[in-house]
Amino acid sequence: MSEQENIATTSAPTVEDYLNPLARPELKPDSMKDLHSFEASETHQEKLGFPGELVDDWHDVAIAKMGDLLTKYRGFRVYLDSCVKCGACTDKCHYFLGTGDPKNMPVARQDLLRSVYRRYFTTGGKYFPKLVGARDLTEDVLGEWYNYFHQCSQCRRCSVYCPYGIDTAEISMAAREIMDTVGKGQKYCNEIIGKVYDVGNNLGFPTPALKATLESFEEDLEDETGLEIKLPLDKKGADILLVTPSADFVAEPHIDGFLGYAKVFHAAGANWTLSSVASEAANFGMFIGSYENMRKVSLRIREAALELGVKRIVFGECGHAWRVAYSFLNTLAGPFDFLDPRYPVPQHICEYTWDLIQKGELKFDKSRNDEYRLTYHDSCNVARATRMGDTPGGQFEIPRNILKATCNYYFDMEEDTIKEATVCCGGGGGLLTDDLMDLRVKGASPRMTALQNVRKEHGVTHMAAICAICKSQFAKVMPKYDFEMDNILSVHQMVSNAILLEGAKDPDDDDDDDDDDWIPPTPPPRPPRGSAA
Amino acid sequence: MLTTIYAILFYVATLTFVGGIALRIKQYWSIPAPLKIATTPAPTTKRGVWFRMFKEVALFESLFKSNKWIWVFGMLFHAGLALVVLRHFRYFTDTTSLIWVWVNWIQPFGIYAGFAMLAGLGGLFVRRIVVARVRYISAPSDYLMLLMLILIGVSGLMMKFVSHTDIIAVKQFFRGLMVFEFHPLPADIPLLVHLTLVAILMIIFPFSKLLHAPGVFFSPSRNMVDNPREKRHIAAWAADLEK
Repeated sequence: MSEQENIATTSAPTVEDYLNPLARPELKPDSMKDLHSFEASETHQEKLGFPGELVDDWHDVAIAKMGDLLTKYRGFRVYLDSCVKCGACTDKCHYFLGTGDPKNMPVARQDLLRSVYRRYFTTGGKYFPKLVGARDLTEDVLGEWYNYFHQCSQCRRCSVYCPYGIDTAEISMAAREIMDTVGKGQKYCNEIIGKVYDVGNNLGFPTPALKATLESFEEDLEDETGLEIKLPLDKKGADILLVTPSADFVAEPHIDGFLGYAKVFHAAGANWTLSSVASEAANFGMFIGSYENMRKVSLRIREAALELGVKRIVFGECGHAWRVAYSFLNTLAGPFDFLDPRYPVPQHICEYTWDLIQKGELKFDKSRNDEYRLTYHDSCNVARATRMGDTPGGQFEIPRNILKATCNYYFDMEEDTIKEATVCCGGGGGLLTDDLMDLRVKGASPRMTALQNVRKEHGVTHMAAICAICKSQFAKVMPKYDFEMDNILSVHQMVSNAILLEGAKDPDDDDDDDDDDWIPPTPPPRPPRGSAA
Repeated sequence: MLTTIYAILFYVATLTFVGGIALRIKQYWSIPAPLKIATTPAPTTKRGVWFRMFKEVALFESLFKSNKWIWVFGMLFHAGLALVVLRHFRYFTDTTSLIWVWVNWIQPFGIYAGFAMLAGLGGLFVRRIVVARVRYISAPSDYLMLLMLILIGVSGLMMKFVSHTDIIAVKQFFRGLMVFEFHPLPADIPLLVHLTLVAILMIIFPFSKLLHAPGVFFSPSRNMVDNPREKRHIAAWAADLEK
């Protein structure tokens, strides 16, 4: 399908009336059944240790792999057995809400696999398949798995609402792992993982280009602040290793967030560095449910930390990266007993910044962000699979606290679309690709509706986020919902705008007696940078 | 003859039920959960996890967040069932003894619990037929399971209100089975329907979605402590990758 056919012609609803972001659609069976993202080529597959194309005995290999996963992942077995088909999850998935295709209801998506599990691994399915909804694994079923497990962003919203916590993300990861094992992988995810192995990051952004980009950012920072703020790369003996999504080097609004981290490090007098080996926070190994690939990618971070002799690891604004970092890094690449035990390993840049704000070490002029009436989008991986700080729920409070410390106008969207109930941006889990644009636009609908409501109610003009995928996804789909593509911002962009750095130049020298009130100069127009998608 | 059939039926049912669930628990216990995947916000201590699990099992916390109708019907059914099952202890125990004297106190609640159970089951059944999303995900076994439970409830209540059974004889039958003595079972239809369906329920339990009962305790999204940074969590097979 060409990109033109894939882009939905969603006309933006008018802001006149309040719309329910979580309104249940009419069932539209099979409406998304032909959405098939490009499959990975032989090269992409083999780089990750998978067969280059569909193997001849794919059926037996698939069933064997399923059996293997059932012995290695408790969740996989328990979730497949425990579903009672109560329907509580059916109206919770943003892709179902946006498309109406019943196979996008979490339970129905799981059943695509559960029906095969029952057939081959349960007594009921072996002897009474029609009674218990069991079916054989056929080529059609495999195709259905491919199409629908690439319509799940693994956001875990369903797991909040299931009485047993059944997590469709786990089923989706297992399904993709099974498909990869028989040679049926997705181009987008697998190509990207290959780039990490070849070049070091998802974008295939090579070290010389990174070095040049950092130098150009240093010039921009000097123009802006009059200060020499360095962006070190591969600095041995630094205290802090910053691991950030590669999008932070090439896309808007990600870059503005990155410059914000740099200013925070500068204000704190921190001795920090980036790494060319670990020039990527993201870890697409998680999306494809491949423990081995996820581990291999994350070991680069350990390698970098050891080589550079750092004492702390801090992650930049990236959603699923923070999940891997917070929940899995210790498991996959630990133990980190060679790092400073006074600090959690790893930390989020928001934890780092908020810590400094609480200690009174950062000063802000909030009025510099007065042109923004802000809201905040909780990214799903951060919300439902991580923590920040010491208390559960810190991942909701800390980014909001930073925004409230740097902006005068902050408003939350409606309660049942934020925090643990947050609705996915629609582009996560390996779905941020143009061949899935139709799905991305529809899947964004609940979040966009909630944003339209808060625009109507509080005049909100912009939304901040701490996930590179969310930022790219929103930049692409917001225009379809009556917003501008630059209405999505980084949280540390707000920090960057408002932060008062000692010795920073004050361009307004005329009648202004108060040297503390530094007004930023109008930056020269920046040449457009490519999007990270 | 009837007595023999039902004696064998209940021995088989009990063995399958107890043995099947025990084997299933052993299986769930032995499968590792290699990654920390608690649905956050999640408790950061073991005690917190116990409390979270208690809220799920006793109050159906997540279900309440999710859908009030299913919560009401589900709660009515499960709470009703719990009381009904406890009330039924009278048929298996010496209620004059100190350990079992509480069984007498439950008796008055049993009847209301029976009706609550049926109300809950009825609501769930109607939902499954009437709500398109739920109908879509239902296999024949999903309808049959509800119908079976409803029939158990109806046949039970019939014995209370419509057609009395010699419950002394029933108690003697079951107490006898427990010590391998065989006393005659009354041949009343509601009783036999009730007992047959209960036996079937016990037999299919370890092979069906009723495994959600032990399963919930093993659900990693609910039973894992949120402390991956503080304490390194690694499964045996994952540790092997490091060797």
